[in-house]
Amino acid sequence: MAGVAIQAAGLNKWFGEGEARTHAIKDVSFDACFGEIVYVVGPSGSGKTTMLSIISGILRPNSGSVKIEGTDIWSLGADALAEFRLHKIGFVFQDYHLFPRLTTAENVAIPLILQKKGWEEALAEAAKDLEIVGLKGRAGLPPVKLSGGEQQRVAIARAIVSRPEILILDEPTASLDGDTGRNIVKFVREHILSQDRCIVIVTHDSRIYEFADRIVRMEDGRLTGIDRGTLNAQ
Amino acid sequence: MGGILQIAYKLLVNDRPKYVALLVGITFAVFLMIEMTSLFAGILARSSATVVNIGASIWVMDPAIQTVANTIPLPDYVLDEVRSIPGVKYAVPLYSGSALLKLRDGTYQAANVIGLDDTSLFGRPNLLTGSIEDIYGENAFIAIRDSEFYKLGNPNVGTEFELNDHRGVVVGIARVASSGLFGVPTLYTTYNRALQYIPNTRFTISYLLVEPKSAADVPAIKQRVAAAGYLALTKQEFIQKIANFYKYQTGIGTNMLIMTVISFIIGLSISGQTFYTFVIENLEKFGALKAIGAKGRELMLMILFQASFVALTGYGIGVGLCTLIIWMARLYLPDYAAMVTLSNLGLAFVMVVVIAGISSYVGVRRVLRIEPFDIFRG
Repeated sequence: MAGVAIQAAGLNKWFGEGEARTHAIKDVSFDACFGEIVYVVGPSGSGKTTMLSIISGILRPNSGSVKIEGTDIWSLGADALAEFRLHKIGFVFQDYHLFPRLTTAENVAIPLILQKKGWEEALAEAAKDLEIVGLKGRAGLPPVKLSGGEQQRVAIARAIVSRPEILILDEPTASLDGDTGRNIVKFVREHILSQDRCIVIVTHDSRIYEFADRIVRMEDGRLTGIDRGTLNAQ
Repeated sequence: MGGILQIAYKLLVNDRPKYVALLVGITFAVFLMIEMTSLFAGILARSSATVVNIGASIWVMDPAIQTVANTIPLPDYVLDEVRSIPGVKYAVPLYSGSALLKLRDGTYQAANVIGLDDTSLFGRPNLLTGSIEDIYGENAFIAIRDSEFYKLGNPNVGTEFELNDHRGVVVGIARVASSGLFGVPTLYTTYNRALQYIPNTRFTISYLLVEPKSAADVPAIKQRVAAAGYLALTKQEFIQKIANFYKYQTGIGTNMLIMTVISFIIGLSISGQTFYTFVIENLEKFGALKAIGAKGRELMLMILFQASFVALTGYGIGVGLCTLIIWMARLYLPDYAAMVTLSNLGLAFVMVVVIAGISSYVGVRRVLRIEPFDIFRG
């Protein structure tokens, strides 16, 4: 396995003050390496989404540090952190969050446009990535004309279009039927994962555990264990 | 930055229902604002028609005068007094009054009668047909071809009419810069004939038209006239005085202001509400953009661009629509008093910018407050 992509150490996060204070993340530490898919699993309210937000530079922890490729992301200013996310991290949101008024190619091109690439160049690259995710010929369609699985693929294409080293997928199978969800994650495993990319997936869908290299288990804000995925076990 | 704005543009115009609603709101507001202010500008411009058409540099009048139409006759000695002021190049009397005409077909028509100084004919109109010397002929009048001309029965040279039981004959057709406000046609004749035809009080001079030797003499002339108990105003000052009367003492200004403010509020309500809904519907998407790496100022720029784009487009359509309506109205109502000026275009533009500013401010606040974490949390 290649080098360490994400180093999370001593993460703590709480919300609210006084009696209303909720300790969402309690002293969580873990690493994720390039070339592997790490699942973060646990029941609802276990803190996995909060943890995901912290390691992806979206939610500031109350204590602890997150290093991505050696950079302590929470030491960066707001603009620098946004720029870091734009270049280093790709996101696939649970509800996809595609713009219905834009074409699929325009949706996919958004990270490149935010990187100040030219409109036509960004759309050309987006079309290539749509091909990669199996949506050749769908570039001009609005997302609403696509099925759930296809929209998920558009979201994946958008996440990888800027060639980020870290890919974050939040409940990628939650809005899909069993087979489609499984196929999506299998596709990610086979086509998106590479030796210079680390993928972190938050899920509570045990049917896709087989595609994980490692599984980080969380409960009540604590990290309760790190298992090897069934893929490695086989 | 161009790509971001292109995304903003597509998000806006591809949402057809909201885009149309926004455009309709802004267009409607702009149309009403410009229509109202144009009507007012037209009324103000026409209220000073005689002042503009005669074109004298300085007008001497009774201090109680409020508009050019309600004349207070001056005694003859004021003319001598003004002519004796060192800085005066020349001064001539002007008669302005109204009379009742009996046209050839037997109908009666009120008319303005302007009596020009017999010697100089100062303030003469531009003749379209006939010769200015003919004004000295027997019973001679010059008819003005303005928006009210048809009310004289579209006369030609030689057309006769009766004016206070005197015979009158049209010896020329002329045009002037501006039509009057009150919807009556205008006849020009000599000062002395006007006095003969129209019953008058003891004093007969409506205004004294003064030409100073130089602009530097104007203050001294005004001072001397004031010392004599009268008022001397430059052309612009007189126009402003008349405008002030209509603005502040007739209720027209207040009513127009109220209508303009209502138009603004309607535009703001429709556009603000629609734009806010538009932003709210896209709020999660903006949050996703933030998570991906868009900076707050980029999202702010997108919203400002969307608000500005729709505001300027609505402004353009509103101005065009208003111009079209005024043009069409003038085809059927020649005396329709509406005038689109740079000032009312500017006023409407400022109000549209304010509408766009307020609408986008609310949207920007919401977008800047959205946390990408909320997108993950769902």
